[in-house]
Amino acid sequence: MLLGLAAGASILAVAIIGLIIYEIVNSASPAISKYGLGFFGHQTWNNYTVFGAATLIFGTVVTSAGALLIAAPLGIAIGLYLSLFSARRTAAIIGPLVEMLAAVPSVIIGLWGIIVLGPFLRSTIEPWLHDALGFIPLFGTPSATGSGVFTAIIVLGIMALPIIAAITRDLFLTVPSELKDGALALGATRWEMVRGVVLSSMRPGIASACILGVSRALGEAIAALQVIGSVFQISSNLFAPGNTLGATIAIQANADNSKLQVASLFYLALVLLAIELLVNLAAQAIVRHYRVPSASGPTIVAAGAPN
Amino acid sequence: MSNKTQTRSPYSVMDEPHSEIDAATAPVVAPLAIEVADSKDETPPSREVVFDLRDVSVYYGQALAVAGVSLEIHRNQITAMIGPSGCGKTTILRSLNRMNDSVSSFRLTGSCTYHGNDLYASGVDAVEVRRRIGMVFQRPNPFPKSIYDNIGWAPRILGMRDNLDERVEKALRGAALWDEVKDRLKTSALGLSGGQQQRLCIARSIAIEPDVLLLDEPCSALDPISTASIEDLMQDLKNDYTLVIVTHNMQQAARVAERTAFFSLDVSGGQRKGILVEYDDTATIFTRPADKRTEDYVTGRFG
Amino acid sequence: MASLDYTRPLTASGNLRRRRVVDRLMRGAATAAALAAVVILGLMVFAIAQRGGSQLSVAFLTQNPPEQLYAAGGGIANAIIGSALMVALATIIALPIGVLIAIYLTEFATARAAGPIRLALDLLYGMPTIVIAIFILGLLVVGHGQTGFYASLALAIIMLPLIARTTGESLALVPKELRDASHALGISRWRTTVGITIPSALGGIVTGTILAVARVAGETAPMLLLASVFDNTKTSFNIFGQALPNIPYEIFNLAESGGTVNVAKAWGAAFVLVVFVLIANFVARALHHRSTRMMTGR
Ligand SMILES: Nc1ncnc2c1ncn2[C@@H]1O[C@H](COP(=O)(O)OP(=O)(O)O)[C@@H](O)[C@H]1O
Ligand SMILES: [Mg+2]
Repeated sequence: MLLGLAAGASILAVAIIGLIIYEIVNSASPAISKYGLGFFGHQTWNNYTVFGAATLIFGTVVTSAGALLIAAPLGIAIGLYLSLFSARRTAAIIGPLVEMLAAVPSVIIGLWGIIVLGPFLRSTIEPWLHDALGFIPLFGTPSATGSGVFTAIIVLGIMALPIIAAITRDLFLTVPSELKDGALALGATRWEMVRGVVLSSMRPGIASACILGVSRALGEAIAALQVIGSVFQISSNLFAPGNTLGATIAIQANADNSKLQVASLFYLALVLLAIELLVNLAAQAIVRHYRVPSASGPTIVAAGAPN
Repeated sequence: MSNKTQTRSPYSVMDEPHSEIDAATAPVVAPLAIEVADSKDETPPSREVVFDLRDVSVYYGQALAVAGVSLEIHRNQITAMIGPSGCGKTTILRSLNRMNDSVSSFRLTGSCTYHGNDLYASGVDAVEVRRRIGMVFQRPNPFPKSIYDNIGWAPRILGMRDNLDERVEKALRGAALWDEVKDRLKTSALGLSGGQQQRLCIARSIAIEPDVLLLDEPCSALDPISTASIEDLMQDLKNDYTLVIVTHNMQQAARVAERTAFFSLDVSGGQRKGILVEYDDTATIFTRPADKRTEDYVTGRFG
Repeated sequence: MASLDYTRPLTASGNLRRRRVVDRLMRGAATAAALAAVVILGLMVFAIAQRGGSQLSVAFLTQNPPEQLYAAGGGIANAIIGSALMVALATIIALPIGVLIAIYLTEFATARAAGPIRLALDLLYGMPTIVIAIFILGLLVVGHGQTGFYASLALAIIMLPLIARTTGESLALVPKELRDASHALGISRWRTTVGITIPSALGGIVTGTILAVARVAGETAPMLLLASVFDNTKTSFNIFGQALPNIPYEIFNLAESGGTVNVAKAWGAAFVLVVFVLIANFVARALHHRSTRMMTGR
């Protein structure tokens, strides 16, 4: 009987995945049949009438790529610090603090982003970047409110950071001490040891950690919604407002909408689902192919960031 | 009972039953199953001192691991450290090139000089120390890189980039590995056999032209044939380097070393600590030891 | 070998000086990165404590919001109750299923059967919660309306892979000898599982459940889609009949509606939520250490 129940529960887990995919495709089908692949190229999202996802895909990709650009080097550096550079006692304090960052609910990070971080960026960082690098279109006119793609990048980067840090830390801890000793005994500095022996041999694991980090940023709906400004546009100016797939679904799905809009929102969800499935399968493939130790992350952190 | 061991099996001494010998009636010089290396000449008294340890004690936290070690290690010789496990051989060896720096609880007292320079003086850079004093470990630890890159890595970071190919070849020839790997330099070092890997680690160390090579039980993970080849190699290496080898295998010490230090565990005063019991020419240690404990150990009555 | 003078002082010289600078720079950068993360957490916690702490009062925890959206006073009592009910129901659903999946994977499944199940759990784990939320919306809410139960279902799906994973990890730690001893006594497999294996893994199961609860308590996306239409001046226990007020939506809504009074209340609610989440994580971490130490004897 236990076997039956246990098997049943397991089948349920598989069935849920299937049901999610079915339900989303099914609900999206009116939009799919109306717009087809043109959905991805069309920029207008005009409530009740015309729907195109181009601006949202652009916003999602730009914010996630930006978040990765910030979180990957910082996260890997923190992973190195916690596993190889710091004293064990220091790591025992700072490690849990970093993990705690992953446990802060995204709606609270978003609240902080819109009230504290956004205004600070608008009044300090954005004008400074604009003055120094204004000739690059990316650093255009500072935002009016503190909401925008740039703020979203920072907020999503903060959310991806602890995930990359914790996974790479655990990864680097698996480097055998014989290997590290071998490098040090040749007259290498600690950094040379890290570069030559740790980073070079852990590349697949690091890549998979970054993928898992960016997957958090891609799928984050609430914090992005709170800080990005919700404007359907493609702008070269990072400080301008924008929008993402998740944010649009989150704010529009419970409104009183036309059938076509609901279907279009499901179409957006389908895009998000496809991106996430691809990204997660890629991370898994890397782990399998290179037999990377435990790249799925520690349980304590795994249960961290809600979105 | 056969007293002459013809094979180079590293284990035969331990296998022989010594219990037949009554300790009381046994001659002072025990029946040795050990050939003392015959290749070495009498040590000239004026040998240059490389390491000079005076009353060195090592603590891990509060625990005293090794107490009061004093010994001199001479240039272009092979010095062996033997003794039961846990008596601090590795600890002393790793103290010679500051490998223990990564152990936060490690503390050393006494004086430990290298060519007259205090190894533990402030201002001493452990990286500079290790650049001159290389180390080969118990388990072969090639990097997960190609054979070529295993050798070339350290010269590159140390700024010895000129003629790297020649340097790699010279190191591999120096470690008697060239002929076996010259056609597959770009393949992974992890594909080599254990003995080849250990010679690769030796090649890796000598590629940066160190002064000293420390070897911590370099053959303990190897088969007898690989062990023999490494022992042969050590005889060649001592022309260019000063070698210090820790071994649990007494015959190995007898075969390769000019000088042998015998360490033991001292349990007096309720505290377990390693001590240096006796340090002398290898022949003396194995044939006319001054200390009863040494004699017991080398004749197999202990350990 | 005469190219180097080994007797010269052991201080850094030649190119080692430059290499030392690089070494210091890189280690300094790594330390700075770690400090940056701690500083970000500190700034966040400071903002929440400063702005939210001042909101905290007995009234804030025991009263419902005022009639008018922008009026001062009132509290988040109904949101606390609603969140507690929905999270509790989600736990009741997800805990047995998650544990059963873990049991199946560690005790019964062949490698071939385990593959797709693990894959499904991994995919569920990586699934954006907004996708899970819109799935429930399409499946149950469209045409029928929101209820707390539907939101609980979404939370349960989010909890499932977390509970299954931690339970699986602690089941795997139960020594094989323990099971073998029980089998040797002629005790059937499922009795062994229920009587020996699960009790031994209880610490891990509890840890995983606490972590999962801490995580879904702050989930906002499902609330936005599945529990956002309600009378916020009342407390409701009718979880199967209507959407329940809840803390994450309350924070989101107060912050979005703007105005000093509401934003201040949002910080107050954020304070309550963060304190809960951090305490839960702390407890889980302590339990985790204790149970792994007991299991592995370390
Ligand atoms: N990193 C360490 N931390 C604490 N104690 C250590 C450490 N390394 C060695 N020891 C202790 O020092 C003593 C000597 O060890 P070791 O030098 O490894 O002996 P040997 O190499 O002769 O077997 C042992 O009691 C060992 O437990
Ligand atoms: Mg040892």
